[in-house]
Amino acid sequence: MKLDTLAEDVGEWLRGTGPESDIVMSSRVRLARNVAHYPFVSRMSEQDRGDVERFLRERITASPAGSQLEYIDVGRLEEVDRQFLVERQLISREHAEAQGARAVAIDGREQVSLMINEEDHLRIQCMHSGLDLRGAWEQIKAVDDQIGRVVPYAFHPRWGYLTACPTNVGTGIRVSVMLHLPALVITRQIDKVFRSLHKISLAVRGLYGEGSQAMGDFYQISNQTTLGKTEEELIEQVGDVVPVLIDYERRAREFLVRETQQNVHDQVSRAYGILRTAQTITAEETMQLLSRVRMGVLLGLIGDVKIADINSLLVRTQPAHLQKIRGVELDTKDRNIERARYLRRHFEGGTPQN
Amino acid sequence: MQCQQCDKPAVFHITELETGEVRELHLCEDHARVYLNQSEAAQEGEEKPAGSGLSGSLAVGQTADELALLDKKACPMCGITFFEFRNQGRLGCPHDYVHVEKELEPLIANIHGGTQHTGRRPERPAAAEGESLAEGTDDLTRVIGLRRSMQEAIACEDYERAREDRDAIRGIEERWLAGPHNEIGTAKADNEIGPAKADNEIGPAKADKATDET
Repeated sequence: MKLDTLAEDVGEWLRGTGPESDIVMSSRVRLARNVAHYPFVSRMSEQDRGDVERFLRERITASPAGSQLEYIDVGRLEEVDRQFLVERQLISREHAEAQGARAVAIDGREQVSLMINEEDHLRIQCMHSGLDLRGAWEQIKAVDDQIGRVVPYAFHPRWGYLTACPTNVGTGIRVSVMLHLPALVITRQIDKVFRSLHKISLAVRGLYGEGSQAMGDFYQISNQTTLGKTEEELIEQVGDVVPVLIDYERRAREFLVRETQQNVHDQVSRAYGILRTAQTITAEETMQLLSRVRMGVLLGLIGDVKIADINSLLVRTQPAHLQKIRGVELDTKDRNIERARYLRRHFEGGTPQN
Repeated sequence: MQCQQCDKPAVFHITELETGEVRELHLCEDHARVYLNQSEAAQEGEEKPAGSGLSGSLAVGQTADELALLDKKACPMCGITFFEFRNQGRLGCPHDYVHVEKELEPLIANIHGGTQHTGRRPERPAAAEGESLAEGTDDLTRVIGLRRSMQEAIACEDYERAREDRDAIRGIEERWLAGPHNEIGTAKADNEIGPAKADNEIGPAKADKATDET
């Protein structure tokens, strides 16, 4: 697959469509699986690593689900290309930075991605735009079934699917939704919300998963437990809380408009102004400002910007994307200049050119 | 042993593993409760790195001697010791869930609340006809230990044992991995040490490779 052609577009999950997509950016389900006849990844010899990669590649690419996927040898990619896949959420940072034989297989719409030799031998993920856990689950279930027919997943009648870390054992499922919650951040209610989520065993993470900072008011909510409940129950556990969070965020947005209309209007207009005129800008500031503009558009305070465009900019202004679009390697300083240039062109109207 | 914070006898022996640092605590029941509540409160609201919160709950209720003995317990398949697992928070192979099931149980109950999988089950791979998945895949996981044993045998030039191991591996893999993907599943065993060439291939030349890996 030509990664460069991917840079021209964004994956399905950022299309800005699907139910509740004003607040729910994307819905994601991932399954952790291991083959039964090799040690877990952290215990594998280099030879084992290569064997498992080959074993899974051969079996998966021969299966109906796998034949539709593009198989990429992550170990052979340049650093910028690995980072590029991280920014698109097709691989994890750990997978990008790891050593040894490892791979990813992705479908053309970037909904399905299979990581090979990450923390587990196989991590299957499926991502849909908006609130669509059900759709993502149906899709990943079909992929898992097809692969499970040709790959002997490590399984124990009591412990379920066996994983390298006991925190994933059982169903091996991680169900998450990525939410854009700027009004809850501005009104300082976000910590209270997160505390109550922790109490019901849900985890809150930043945009790029475990250990990442929440940037630009984007948060991932996911289940923490994987054993003792069925996959459907765990999906429900996350799915049930989302409407509540959506409702909180909507009310906070209404409150902002009602009580502090001028202030909010000023904030989003300034954010928009900086994005349109800055000469150099960091990725973090860009994310923060895009978040505010996104809210401004949804509140009807900014008229001439599409949500899908903002979603796309969130990814395309990140370091590896900028470099792929520009076609050259850039250091941090040059990236900040290039990022500002890219944003100015984008908001001047028309499609930004290289 | 005496509690580190009062005169009462220490009944809880806790080993904390934080960023590679090992800290041992010996506490009476009261102080242990205080300590455990504190660390739980400290963890609330922040990201728990997988493997941290684990170590504390693993060690509770065991004497120092029991712990030391447990730490040395090594998996017959992958060779990981319980100490290594406590240190890394990652298990070595699927058989660990069988081998140290008793020790893992309280830990897993603590993480998940439940101790019985109720979700999906894999469809039996077409090849594994006759193998019941109700029993899980531990039979197939045995090849991890056999592979290790074979490499050790080669390293000390015990070719007879190496051949036995190889045949055992092949037998298991044929049961589990053959079928529509036969040529893939058993390719490794066939190519590396096919029966006709066994004498030539299992020999000192191979031993170098095996010792490199261990």
